Amino acid sequence: MTSESWLIEGGRLVSPEDGLDRIGRLLLVDGCIAAIDPADGDLPADVLRVDATDCIVAPGLVDIGTDLGEPGREEDETIETGTAAALAGGFTSIACSASTDPPIDTPAGVEFVRQKAARANRCRVYVIGCVSKGRAGEELAEIGSLVEAGAIALSDSPKPLYNTALLRRALEYCLMFDRPIIDMPEVPSLTRGGVMHEGLTQLVLALAPMPAEAEDLATSRDLRLLETTGGRLHLSSISTSGSVELVRRSKARDTVVTVGIPIANLCFCDEQMRSFDASLKVNPPLRSRDHIDACLEAVADGTIDVISAGHQPRSLEKKMQELDAVPFGMTTLDTVLAQAHTFLVRSGRLDWPRLIQCLSTAPARILGIEGGRLAVGAPADVLVFEPGQRWTVSPETLCSRSCNTPLLGQELEGRVTHVWVGGEKKLR
Amino acid sequence: MSTLEEKTHELAAGWTRRHLLDLEGLTAEEIVTLLDTADLFAAHYRASRGKLGLLSGRTVANLFFENSTRTRNSFSLAAKRLGADTIEFSSAGSSLAKGETFIDTAKTIQAMGADAVVTRHATPGTSHLLAQHLACSVLNAGDGPHEHPTQGLLDILTIRQQRGRIEGATVALVGDIAHSRTARSNIWGLKKLGAHVIVCGPATLVSRQWEQLGIEVAYSLDAILPRCDVLNLLRIQFERQAMRPFPSVREYALLYAMNAERIRRSKPDILIMAPGPINRGVEITPDVADGPHSVILQQVSNGIAVRMAALWLLLSGADPHAPSADPAQGGGEA
Repeated sequence: MTSESWLIEGGRLVSPEDGLDRIGRLLLVDGCIAAIDPADGDLPADVLRVDATDCIVAPGLVDIGTDLGEPGREEDETIETGTAAALAGGFTSIACSASTDPPIDTPAGVEFVRQKAARANRCRVYVIGCVSKGRAGEELAEIGSLVEAGAIALSDSPKPLYNTALLRRALEYCLMFDRPIIDMPEVPSLTRGGVMHEGLTQLVLALAPMPAEAEDLATSRDLRLLETTGGRLHLSSISTSGSVELVRRSKARDTVVTVGIPIANLCFCDEQMRSFDASLKVNPPLRSRDHIDACLEAVADGTIDVISAGHQPRSLEKKMQELDAVPFGMTTLDTVLAQAHTFLVRSGRLDWPRLIQCLSTAPARILGIEGGRLAVGAPADVLVFEPGQRWTVSPETLCSRSCNTPLLGQELEGRVTHVWVGGEKKLR
Repeated sequence: MSTLEEKTHELAAGWTRRHLLDLEGLTAEEIVTLLDTADLFAAHYRASRGKLGLLSGRTVANLFFENSTRTRNSFSLAAKRLGADTIEFSSAGSSLAKGETFIDTAKTIQAMGADAVVTRHATPGTSHLLAQHLACSVLNAGDGPHEHPTQGLLDILTIRQQRGRIEGATVALVGDIAHSRTARSNIWGLKKLGAHVIVCGPATLVSRQWEQLGIEVAYSLDAILPRCDVLNLLRIQFERQAMRPFPSVREYALLYAMNAERIRRSKPDILIMAPGPINRGVEITPDVADGPHSVILQQVSNGIAVRMAALWLLLSGADPHAPSADPAQGGGEA
């Protein structure tokens, strides 16, 4: 634990779980939040001060399903560069996806990531284990051993759990461990070879289609299974109006499903594929305006719980191929909050408390970890975001090893200026 | 200077584009300039069969990542009739087999001195991508099912030569609309010049969403036949689909093949077109393909004229390989 004490003053403290949204002072001592609005007399003598005037002070962001590339795809990202990008973006905790090579389906795999993350010593890194052996979708991985080794959730994402019998079994088996299963709803036979959302733009560009119902059908199936099995299911990436409606109805019946949407699916639409920019090829695909509007509404009304980074770094040589051959993925960790501010908050589609709820509080609760709030006694995982700071996205301004983002060359409004993890200042 | 050369320079004077990637992005005026230039070249060739020196010293590279005989030969011939040198490149036996990306392959061809790269690839957007990475001109000779602008232009030129104008004509594109780059280029070009466009074929290959772009959608050829001035019969691209889009070729021919009986129910001056290769007995019967309404072979010769026009307009401006960096001297033929 650090011995430094910090006083963050003048900023707007935003913590929806604590009903906090006002200008105030935050005191960090011994790795924890020690006080909100402490009296001057209560400050440690050697306290370090940070002026956060005109800034947002919020709990550090939490991501579910971050692709860190390592082991196996070090040309895309490493745990070192990925955690650096996470910090730059304001993330204090990330749960990395099992989509490595080899996939994380053994305790040794979990241990490897934990050690590498400890060596990198940046943000907190949690590990998601595979649902199936080898992420092959055929038989259960040794989920008990994975949980014992520290796996915080189980998922084959970004591959859908298309084998219905396996998903049902996994949901039942996980009842023993109180860990969520994370699925990415998609019927692969409807999207095979697909490049973009099926619709008018796709019709004109003649790129291979990925119809919305491929997601709707899988969402429907997942929700129905959950009703039978009970247990915990998190759908990592819903992006269609159909899925939103299914989830809304399911939540009204008190199922314990939680759902997320990648930031890209809120900020970009299918029409942008007209540029044939390979960095826009993501899965779920960028949808049309009507789907995006339905999703934004669902984020605002709580139907969608989580906004995820959906970070999938891909090296330049992979993205320089023809669109059919380009792998899905967008690099996002560095830019999520600035992107959300620029595209969603400034346009009035989301307010700060809801945004922090979706990017920090809700994912922390789903993973069952501390953080996600500014409360006395909580870990001092805190970020300061300066909304007025403009910056241009470029390979130099990104910490990620890859720069497959359509934002290259664009100016964003607002930047994370400070991050503390467990009271230790990790950024600036 | 001959009047032909004067006219071609006149037409090129207002031209600003470096690439020809699609017809969707062109204005009606630009399309008309391309057609007028092609008409000049076509007339010149009919009259004299002589070569021109307009692009002498320039190099045109054919960079084909997908099979082609007619389009590739048509482009080669077009370049040669303008006096340009040509480089031939196809993916079979090339470095692609060694894992080189197509962008690197294209850069290599450019480094050999190509002023224009004519490219065909199975993936939509590929020529757009090359245009972003290359300094020379890029001509799209087909990017998957997306666009094939010179095919669209030669079809439209053929209609214009036959009917005098495009505006007001009712043109039906029949067959595999979903997988047809010819259909997409025709749709944009014809729409911009004021034609009424119908897309007609099995429901699995013709999306209702075309209606949102002002295109008429029809499933029954017999229902629209009496209204059509032009039928463009597209090939079924079995190679682009995993699952057959209709039960059998026999059933397709029953519903959509242009035969003598359907000709009788058509307008007396109906034009029958096909981008080829044609499948006799599937979308067209032999008597119709070789009959008086067919302009299929005129399409082929117009193809060369249209490609000459495209190469000339794109390359008539500055020469990117000109030895001098001084813009005052770098103007090429201008």
